[in-house]
Amino acid sequence: MCGICGVVALDGPLDLPRQTPERMIGVMRHRGPDEFGAWRDRSVFLGHARLSIIDLAAGQQPMTTAQGRHWITFNGEIFNYPELRAELQGLGHTFRTSSDTEVILAAYDQWGPECVERFNGQFAFAIYDRHQRRLFLARDRFGIRPLFLTEHQGQLLFASEIKSLRAYPGLNLELEPAALAEIFHHWTPIGAGTAFRGVAQLPPGHVAMVGDNAFGAAAAAPLPDCLRVRRYWHPTFLPAREDHRFVPAAERDRYAAEVREALVDAATIRLRADVPVGAYLSGGLDSSATAAIIHKYTDHHLKTFSVGFEDAAYDETEWQHRMAAHIGTEHRTITTGAEDIAGRLREVTWLAETPMVRTAPAPLHTLSGLARSEGFKVVLTGEGADEVFVGYNIFRETKVRHFWSREPESRSRSALLTRLYPYLAQSPEQFLRKFYGAGLDNPDDPLFSHGPRWSNTASLPGFLGEAAQEPHSAGPVRERLLATLPADFTGWGPVARAQYLEMTTFMANYLLSSQGDRMLMGHSVEGRFPFLDHNVAELAGRIPVSIKLQSLVEKSILKLGVADLLPVNILQRPKQPYRAPEGASLEGPTGQALVRRFLDSDGSAGWDMWQPGRIAALVRKWQAGKLVSVRDNMSLLAVLTGRILQHDFGPGFEERLAPNILPEQALAWRQE
Amino acid sequence: MDVRQNVRTYIIENFLFGDEAPLENDSMSLLDGGIIDSVGVMELVAFLEGDFGLTLADEELVPENLDSVDNLVAFIERRQSSV
Repeated sequence: MCGICGVVALDGPLDLPRQTPERMIGVMRHRGPDEFGAWRDRSVFLGHARLSIIDLAAGQQPMTTAQGRHWITFNGEIFNYPELRAELQGLGHTFRTSSDTEVILAAYDQWGPECVERFNGQFAFAIYDRHQRRLFLARDRFGIRPLFLTEHQGQLLFASEIKSLRAYPGLNLELEPAALAEIFHHWTPIGAGTAFRGVAQLPPGHVAMVGDNAFGAAAAAPLPDCLRVRRYWHPTFLPAREDHRFVPAAERDRYAAEVREALVDAATIRLRADVPVGAYLSGGLDSSATAAIIHKYTDHHLKTFSVGFEDAAYDETEWQHRMAAHIGTEHRTITTGAEDIAGRLREVTWLAETPMVRTAPAPLHTLSGLARSEGFKVVLTGEGADEVFVGYNIFRETKVRHFWSREPESRSRSALLTRLYPYLAQSPEQFLRKFYGAGLDNPDDPLFSHGPRWSNTASLPGFLGEAAQEPHSAGPVRERLLATLPADFTGWGPVARAQYLEMTTFMANYLLSSQGDRMLMGHSVEGRFPFLDHNVAELAGRIPVSIKLQSLVEKSILKLGVADLLPVNILQRPKQPYRAPEGASLEGPTGQALVRRFLDSDGSAGWDMWQPGRIAALVRKWQAGKLVSVRDNMSLLAVLTGRILQHDFGPGFEERLAPNILPEQALAWRQE
Repeated sequence: MDVRQNVRTYIIENFLFGDEAPLENDSMSLLDGGIIDSVGVMELVAFLEGDFGLTLADEELVPENLDSVDNLVAFIERRQSSV
């Protein structure tokens, strides 16, 4: 895992002011502290911060081919590189290193942009072709690795993190009010957007080209219009009728065996590394299954890591220890709580580069610190299982609401919601029906599943100033979301649609980024996710939902597939959503100071983007201990992290950057 | 402060943090307007119990009593006059 960046002159010579590489690479050195490399010619600069994992001695980047035609800067892993390497050798390619980077170069040489379809991995990379004078950009299927883009004064800049773009001398970034409104409302940026005006991300499963107008299609805003883009992959599901069909027991058992086999493959190839590989244990089904598979099918000596909470309401330590004992891993735990979360929140926001409505990323930053301090650069986790195998409550909720929509007057149908959310049993029934019943008259709406979730935070943009009412520069969010839906979407059933939306919004733009890559890489640790192996995801997409979510039992086919590997109480344990204390985590001295520093309005520039009076009222409610609703807690986190972001990427940026600028001698300039 | 004023002030301060705009009129549904969620209903009940000294039975927790300023005012006044 690494950090990549680059600058491409679109017309004319490359403008690379003094210290540009040292700034752009240095500011994301946490992504790759082992080596720093750069290459340039008269129109392109490529930079790289390396976390050495495969071929430690010879895998330096940027890397080129023997003829010097293609140059690559690459972040990620291609797990099937030994197989591809052998295939390419059979086709006459020779290799100078044993790295996966060189395999990408050869694959691109052999198959062109379609090479990505052969990669099993998590990647973001750029390849510059010196003959054709064009730049190829690629991002993995689910968006595990980030790739941000902006156009600035006739040049395209790209990088693994937005702060690397911001480090280009003279490039200032502003939060876009309408983008903040979108993030507050939907919890994450939607599609290719980010919180910053003019900064976009290459969406998951996409490739792009600069300098070849015959490639793909013209990019739509907010992507820079110098790009031509093509989508090479998206999650797929069965047509509704097949998805809902009855599956006989014998067939179900065959599917379970296939799931097991695919997971074993996915976990095994993710152990490929020239450094030790560990695993996270959350105490839930998914990470337990991953660890158990490694234990049973490999001779890998597994070390596992987990985070516990001081507050018992969030703590799963007991389950983590049970699982570690069950498979006999060497286990390490670290405990977090209010002060630890509050103390990290500013750093977490700096890493996540977006306002957050939750504190949940912070404990994962604590956890990656533990893994790193134990000498681990790579960990496997259970991420993705809930999206791929139907684990989340939003899927069960969708199934219930869809069922209810066929008999809207039924009380027994809506009462099923209290099975999903036991705390709703205390809510007045008619209000519950009104809240979750919204949209019931239009169950075919493509966004049906996410209506209640998004309506609950619809008020959060109210903390933003007038400018947030202006339309988003890339167009209305609903239209943009609808425009990204694949043609087969309308043929899918309600749960499959919900899965697709969840994977492409919340998973890509929050779980894998704010809570995933950014928290791991903050401590130079690479995450690997067997459940997001595309072979696993494609298999799951071919399995009828009737056995993935049997009745209201989440991940039923996965449970069947791994049943014999896990203690029965972990297997049957109701899913506990991973959460961290929100407003309560700010009540200690550290949190109080943070809130005062960033939310006490002094009327200075920057406050015009907000509603200081409303924020003050929110803070008063929090101080009075009355921030009881999820919505109020989300509001507090959103405005606090939004204000931190505004400062640290605005006036505070140079101060933050300064200690990270690379010394000139630390940067290795590559030659052919 | 009269009942209506009291209810409006509470809703504007507690749920809207001073922003009156979303409360377009006193007859609009608080739930449909996104002003309260299902937890918000519990906050409302706590407000009625605390500021007006009412106790609410389960069967009274219905939109007809709680889901707009008008309904809240009518409900409070009905309960106060019946004491």
